[in-house]
Amino acid sequence: MSDKQTRFDMPPHTDVAWCPGCGNHMLLTAVKEALDDLGIDPRQLVMVSGIGQAAKAPQYINANMFNGLHGRALPAALGIRLSNRNLVVVVESGDGDMYSEGGNHFLHAIRRNFDVTMIIHNNMIYGLTKGQASPTSPIGMRTPVQVKGVIPEPFNPLAVAIALDAPFVARAFAGDIAQTRSVIAEAIRFKGCSIVDVFQPCVIFNKLNTYKWFREHTCSLPEDHNPEDRMAAFALAIQHEPLPLGIFYRNGKRALYEDQAGITETPLYRQPPPGDDEFEKLIDAYR
Amino acid sequence: MSDLSMVFEGAAGQGVQTITRMLLPVLKNCGHHVFACTEFMSRIRGGSNTTEIRVTEKPRQAYVRRIDMLFALSPKAHEHLDRRIDADTLVFAESEQCAVPAKGNCIETPVKALALEAGSPVFSNTVVAGMVLGLLAIPPEELDAFLHDRFQEKGEEIVLKNIAAARLGFEWGRKCPAAGSIKLPRIEFGGSAAELLMDGTAALGIGVVAAGCNFISSYPMSPSTGLLTFLAEKSDAFGVVVDQAEDEIAAINAGLGASYAGARAVVTTSGGGFDLMQEGVSLAGMLELPLVIHIGQRPGPATGLPTRTEQGDFNLVLHAGHGEFARVVFAPGTLEELIHLAQRAFAVAHRFHIPVFLLTDQFLLDAETSMEAGAIHRFPLEEAIVETGKEYLPYLFTEDGLSPRGVPGYGAGLVRADSDEHSEAGFITEDFDVRRRMVEKRLARLGPLREQALMPTVTGLIDNARTLVVGWGSNRGVIEEALDLLGDPRVAGLHFSQLFPLNPAVASLLGERKLIVLENNPTGQFAGYLAIETGKNIAGRILKATGEPFSVEEVLEALRKEVGHE
Repeated sequence: MSDKQTRFDMPPHTDVAWCPGCGNHMLLTAVKEALDDLGIDPRQLVMVSGIGQAAKAPQYINANMFNGLHGRALPAALGIRLSNRNLVVVVESGDGDMYSEGGNHFLHAIRRNFDVTMIIHNNMIYGLTKGQASPTSPIGMRTPVQVKGVIPEPFNPLAVAIALDAPFVARAFAGDIAQTRSVIAEAIRFKGCSIVDVFQPCVIFNKLNTYKWFREHTCSLPEDHNPEDRMAAFALAIQHEPLPLGIFYRNGKRALYEDQAGITETPLYRQPPPGDDEFEKLIDAYR
Repeated sequence: MSDLSMVFEGAAGQGVQTITRMLLPVLKNCGHHVFACTEFMSRIRGGSNTTEIRVTEKPRQAYVRRIDMLFALSPKAHEHLDRRIDADTLVFAESEQCAVPAKGNCIETPVKALALEAGSPVFSNTVVAGMVLGLLAIPPEELDAFLHDRFQEKGEEIVLKNIAAARLGFEWGRKCPAAGSIKLPRIEFGGSAAELLMDGTAALGIGVVAAGCNFISSYPMSPSTGLLTFLAEKSDAFGVVVDQAEDEIAAINAGLGASYAGARAVVTTSGGGFDLMQEGVSLAGMLELPLVIHIGQRPGPATGLPTRTEQGDFNLVLHAGHGEFARVVFAPGTLEELIHLAQRAFAVAHRFHIPVFLLTDQFLLDAETSMEAGAIHRFPLEEAIVETGKEYLPYLFTEDGLSPRGVPGYGAGLVRADSDEHSEAGFITEDFDVRRRMVEKRLARLGPLREQALMPTVTGLIDNARTLVVGWGSNRGVIEEALDLLGDPRVAGLHFSQLFPLNPAVASLLGERKLIVLENNPTGQFAGYLAIETGKNIAGRILKATGEPFSVEEVLEALRKEVGHE
């Protein structure tokens, strides 16, 4: 693990609620270093999350934090961005939070294309509720609930995102901190809705998708892959064996929701209430 | 005659609303008090919908069952309105359109023929408006300005044809033998009382804008959508960020995100949509974020009667969200109260960092009333946000439980909000002592909220009254009118526009009087709550759950029974 100090570090005595060996620790390092690389002011950053082990990540980052309800990080992030577009908004939560409980918001956040970076801890298991299937668990995986094995087809976040023309779609593996850091930095730098699905081993409950398994079943994207080629990106997103890592898709042409919705630089908390003249005009319409 | 009731009936899509839109301003401009309410089916075309226009001597805000003049424009009119038509009702109908009714005084009315004479059946509504002016002996020129405004974008020819259609209708109405039997109420001395004309939704919207609201995220649901539309229309002029959410869960969470970032946020929905929002209400309680939640009630359970009215969601709102935290529930009953309580809702939400509810219903939102402009007040906005210092604690323990409210990006501090139980700094904690203190912090504000709670409005003289008729929300108008007609000094009315928390002085105001609670739901939700809160016995309940508003007549009958006038 990297020992680099960042301005996003919490005091050393901070009690981190993650299990020893969890992929979350490496991902946290990658996120803090990426934020630091970008020179972001912690006071201008809001880390937004839902509920779950991954959703605790903002607790361990020195920045503003909105740790809301399970599945509802994205709507809160939207409300924050539309109220103050000077803020950098990063959503960091788990696969259950973002793809299951919050699945509808995932679709509609992409449709809107507001400036948000989603970092999704994808460990293919529910950790905090002790080991049930997640929407990305492989078919056949046995758990205390899926006693005969997982039946539904796993959710493919990258394919769905590219199908919806999400303008920045990437996948990383937490075990590779350097690459994860660089992909996350790119994603945050990108103006628009960027999605980084991060493979992250759960060492307690997922005995199948281990560090070793991820190393053996992932690869880099082909060197000649053009991230502006949506069809090629989609083909790579539905590839199973091995699972490519890197920036699959980029579309710099999608307009930003904030611009289209006429959101100004003035945060809403600074916006003066309507003047008496304007208010009188409003009433006059009913004369 | 002190009161004229006109009903316009037609199928959905026939544009009966247009007739109301033409006549209301004309009647208002003549100096009359007007009130109009609508009832319509949950369909886009067909069926049978009505609008009632009342022209009254005194300002009134209630529905009457009685119909003096009915314009029956669809074949379903008689079936739909049978129980409201009596021997005195003048029924204006075309036998070609409408079966001849068994009762009522039916007058063959050539709407279609005159519309065709003006050029096309599309002028039917204008013909009807002209007929009404003729019958009421109001000069048809009064309508010209409206027709100009409404149709000018369709070209001068259409404007002129509409004016011609109105004249044809007017001439027919003027000559109609029935005209002699129709009398408009006296115009109140001064005659200028009715300066403004608006519906409940507009009044709510005006109040929300006056409160400095600058964010709404909502999902459309009748009858609450009007506020979303109102703010969308005014978004540029008043700098309101408007987002149509993918669902109600997103709506309230976006509202809370906005509030966290410093916006003055509102969400609007109806009971079913609010069911989905409940976890968000609990989150507002936990994060101590101000949020105004408007709920336009309609009959449930489930989809219920989507376009009709009821007061069935009081208990829902009172108990919404898991866990315990402070909230306030307002239930405005007039246009003025809509405008003022919307502002108060924002002020209270932002002063106490809590969710505040505005509970309305279809009847109140859709009803249109004339009102005095002077009755509208704007209240000054209180500064609620502080610049954070380096050591800022968003949940700092204070004597009154209220921590200075910082927002991210403003000041040297960080603003951390956590839905888990949290420390003063906003981090997750499972420290039992901190938990206890945070619970106390969140509930401490109930004390001042009770002290500052609005007292109910008294109708009549409470000192002499032995019986009190208690109502809330949209039933203010019907109780006031029924009590006026009852004319019994031993009976007074009490209207609650704040339902929770109750002011501690309410119990002594009720005293030992006989209490009759009137509300538009089947179980008497507020009655039960009032009994528990005040320890008083509720002697009678006047309830309803048909999906219609209370009529003045039925309330009067019920009151006569309750106070022994039969």
